[in-house]
Amino acid sequence: MIVSANHLKLNYGEQRALEDVSFEVAAGELFGILGPNGSGKSTMFRVLATIETPQAGTANIAGFNVVTQAQEVRKRIGVVFQTQSLDKYLTVAENLTSQGHLFGMSGAKLKSRISDLLERMQISDRRDSILKTLSGGMKRRVEIAKALLHEPKVLLMDEPTTGLDPVARMELWKYVDELRRQTGVTVVVTTHLLEEAERASRLMLMHMGVSVLQGTPRELKASIPGDVVLLESADPESLRQGIFLHFDKQKCTVFDNYVRTIVPDGPKFVVEAATAFQTAVQGISYHKPTLEDVFMKETGARL
Amino acid sequence: MSFLLPTWTLCRRDLIRFWREKARVAAYAASPIFFWFVIGSGFGDLSVFFPGALTMTVLFAAIFSTMSIIEDRNEGFLLSMLVSPAPRLTLVIGKLLGGATMAWVQSLILLAFTAVAKYQTGNLLEVAGMLWLIAFSFTALGFIIAWGMNSSAGYHAMMNLVLFPMWMLSGVLFSPSKAVPWMKALMSINPMTYAYSAVWQLLDPKADRYAPIATCVAVTAGFGILLVILSAWIVSRPSKRTAG
Repeated sequence: MIVSANHLKLNYGEQRALEDVSFEVAAGELFGILGPNGSGKSTMFRVLATIETPQAGTANIAGFNVVTQAQEVRKRIGVVFQTQSLDKYLTVAENLTSQGHLFGMSGAKLKSRISDLLERMQISDRRDSILKTLSGGMKRRVEIAKALLHEPKVLLMDEPTTGLDPVARMELWKYVDELRRQTGVTVVVTTHLLEEAERASRLMLMHMGVSVLQGTPRELKASIPGDVVLLESADPESLRQGIFLHFDKQKCTVFDNYVRTIVPDGPKFVVEAATAFQTAVQGISYHKPTLEDVFMKETGARL
Repeated sequence: MSFLLPTWTLCRRDLIRFWREKARVAAYAASPIFFWFVIGSGFGDLSVFFPGALTMTVLFAAIFSTMSIIEDRNEGFLLSMLVSPAPRLTLVIGKLLGGATMAWVQSLILLAFTAVAKYQTGNLLEVAGMLWLIAFSFTALGFIIAWGMNSSAGYHAMMNLVLFPMWMLSGVLFSPSKAVPWMKALMSINPMTYAYSAVWQLLDPKADRYAPIATCVAVTAGFGILLVILSAWIVSRPSKRTAG
């Protein structure tokens, strides 16, 4: 296992950030950590990135302990932070050269590595542009190029598409996929976006510092047997009670103006419920379980 | 892991950033002369205030250069530095060399007016050397203050609290020999007193000999070394942060 976490625990004073978190990532995987803000996923990321020390438990990357052998770990990880880490007054090439120097790279080898990465991220033509003149999507690509400069074994990314429009987001993932295909680099990414989580080869759902569920996206969704039905109503609480009585103690949850329930046969239930509660129901639909449904089922909270 | 390469690249980065901001470069070149002219005119004699203006230029420029650390932190550059295998000490030394170089060059602009201000020009190399030492030591002081700060407002408040009293009690505004005893005591433990005294003595054979030049150099250098050690220590400590 190229990344492993064992019973990690971390509190910020009274606040619990990580509670007995364990997981493993095999080489070449795209491992996603999915959770809402404050779920502990960024803290998890910071522990792996060697900038946060857990109070208990251990984490290893490529065989080295992230706390006691942080220097060795740092040589083997590439880190993309949620916030920009590039110097906006320097050019793309100058930023990458500085990064190379921090990793002890220099001369012709560094130059060719930079050219190669800029080529791969398709920003070669902006090589000598001052960073602040680049678009958000381009800057992110430079961030990734920067993280990959020293050929890390593991790429860690904390909500890498924050602030990007949908098109730039899609593009970014296209580059990451391409990169994984060509180099086999292991990627660990945190996100609160479903469509990003769907890309992961395996996922860990986090809520309030706890690892709630782990598995492939398919496995996680299969944990919900049947279809998810959403009913919109002005008075969702009475609708919930009505459904409970009418459909043989069918359990529902209420959020905002919605009643949500899981049934074996979505289409059949939709027709029956729409007929039985014509006046109370303003809208009704069903869908196959999504990761958000899984998260709601496990935690009672929304992403 | 090599030490020189990361140090050099961090120092160079600050210099490039500086050079790209043209407004900053203009203000940078003009301000020492402006200081000298305005405060010197206030004294009624430009010549009297020249060593003071020179010391003040290098001190303030050195300390304020470290404000870039707060920018680095807010812009995330610092984080990416901390997850690299470069030794933490290279971060300290790189920053200090970058800041000190800028402060030093700025003071050299004013030093070019030595003859105009009617001071001896025989010791210019020594003066330049002393100015470099001051620049380095006081950049280290700024580094320590800036490291713990999250906002530039807090940084400025802290600077007003530390820097101005130090400067006022350095002998530039009034001589230690004329100070009341408690003030005299404070001046004797103020490293700026020694820094200023050295510059003045090197420029003017008739200057007050507050302490022998060798002592002044030793105090300034010792102060700098102490602060570098302290900087290296605070940088190696794990950072505090709230949950996210």
